[in-house]
Amino acid sequence: MAALEEVFRRSWPVVVASTARLTRDLDLAEDCAQEAFERAAATWSAAPPDNPAGWLTTTARRIALDRLRRDAVLARKLPLLVEPGGADEDDPPPTDPLRLVFTCCHPALARESQVALTLRLVCGVDVPAIAAALLTGEAAVARRISRAKQKIATARIPFRVPPEEDLPDRLDTVLTVVHLAYTAGHVAARGALRDDGLTECATGLARMLVRLLPDEPEPQALLALVLLTEARGPTRTTSDGDLVLLGDQDRLRWDRALIREGLVLATAALRHPRHGRFALQAAVAGLHATAPRWSDTPWAQIVITYDALMRRWPSPVVALNRAAARSRLEHADLDEVLREIDALAPELAGYPYLPAARADVLARLGRTDEAAGAYGDALALTTNATEQRYLAGRRAEVRLRHV
Amino acid sequence: MARYVFLMYDAEDWHDTVDEQGVVDEFRLHEEFMAAVAAAGASVVGGEALERSSTASTVRRGGGDPLVTDGPFADTKEALGGFYVIEAPDLDVALRLARACPAGTIEVRPVMEMPDGV
Repeated sequence: MAALEEVFRRSWPVVVASTARLTRDLDLAEDCAQEAFERAAATWSAAPPDNPAGWLTTTARRIALDRLRRDAVLARKLPLLVEPGGADEDDPPPTDPLRLVFTCCHPALARESQVALTLRLVCGVDVPAIAAALLTGEAAVARRISRAKQKIATARIPFRVPPEEDLPDRLDTVLTVVHLAYTAGHVAARGALRDDGLTECATGLARMLVRLLPDEPEPQALLALVLLTEARGPTRTTSDGDLVLLGDQDRLRWDRALIREGLVLATAALRHPRHGRFALQAAVAGLHATAPRWSDTPWAQIVITYDALMRRWPSPVVALNRAAARSRLEHADLDEVLREIDALAPELAGYPYLPAARADVLARLGRTDEAAGAYGDALALTTNATEQRYLAGRRAEVRLRHV
Repeated sequence: MARYVFLMYDAEDWHDTVDEQGVVDEFRLHEEFMAAVAAAGASVVGGEALERSSTASTVRRGGGDPLVTDGPFADTKEALGGFYVIEAPDLDVALRLARACPAGTIEVRPVMEMPDGV
């Protein structure tokens, strides 16, 4: 059954996108894809067909044609603006999923709508799971998705891959959305540390972008970042489900194959003259992944990489990561680092990793009372149960050390 | 082709300080904008400049008698100062043109298309 799920996950964006080309209606395409998958689940149990994606696409398109014939209202609806693909309409071009992603991540849609729509239409994640990932209610997510679809049709957001001159900006939005989906799965909103459904969806999307845009360095860089992070997956928690920080992870259990693939992609992206922020983030992940021990981590190189990120793509989160890396340099001035972190507080209000980083530096300075307070601040902002347990444990530890 | 209304919002102190040359410059900006619209394969199918918002009157028809008040519906720092109706192939083209539209803030709204015979 796991194999079947894998087939479904891989096929979903292709099926929705090719059906949307036919129906010119995202709602109807989604419904028909859903029905085709249900039919497959009911009839494939013995043996899946040779070309499962083809079977699913043909079935979904047939269901769509039936419905369009039966229901005149559907046929009259304002159509999705599909630019001709130049291919035979019976044989949808393989880049259709790419059109779907660019449509879902159109800059005229709010970021939250882009994320919800991408998870639903491109990854096939259901509404309750999206609501859990975005920490909102199911009704709110359903409304957001339906309004976004309505805007796509009414405001005539085209179903196409943007032209060359718009590609860098538009691709950056897509990569940001995929990265957000990955981050939401890497540390889940609640409960267990990870949400594997989301991380797999984001990894699959990154792979698809690399395959369909082979000349662009940033999709490669994002995939590298994701794989280098995924390589640590199983070592991020103990067998009891407790958090293990990077410094304490068993590096022998890191996934060598993922690290190798990640490093090849990261290197290729960094060599490309048009590389961007994800290439530099992948570089940081690569420097961690190749250090044999925590004490071998090349902090000076990591700080230099963060400096480069800050020069071209400044953001308070990058500044916080740079400060944390700086605190690990030999002869680090921890008071100076603390000032740096505090200066970011107004911009990062509500971000739990700021008080957590602050607490870590305070504890190393021996200011245990303040460290305990900062761990408490981080705890109050954290919703993931695994991280909550870790922070509560750290708070108790530094308090004990004080006594 | 779809039609979009560009609602143009600006601070209104321009009216207090503008001289003759300023008016000429403003007209030229709009001529350049209309040329850009044509060059993009779109067209201007309507539009007007509006007198300043202090000349507006607002009629509110709630449940009871309609109430007439002095001034615009929304009293904001940037006021509606004019609009264009643009025919363009899709939102991407419309948004590209809005970037070239001479106003502080431009809201782009699709026109509701009525079925034939309505």
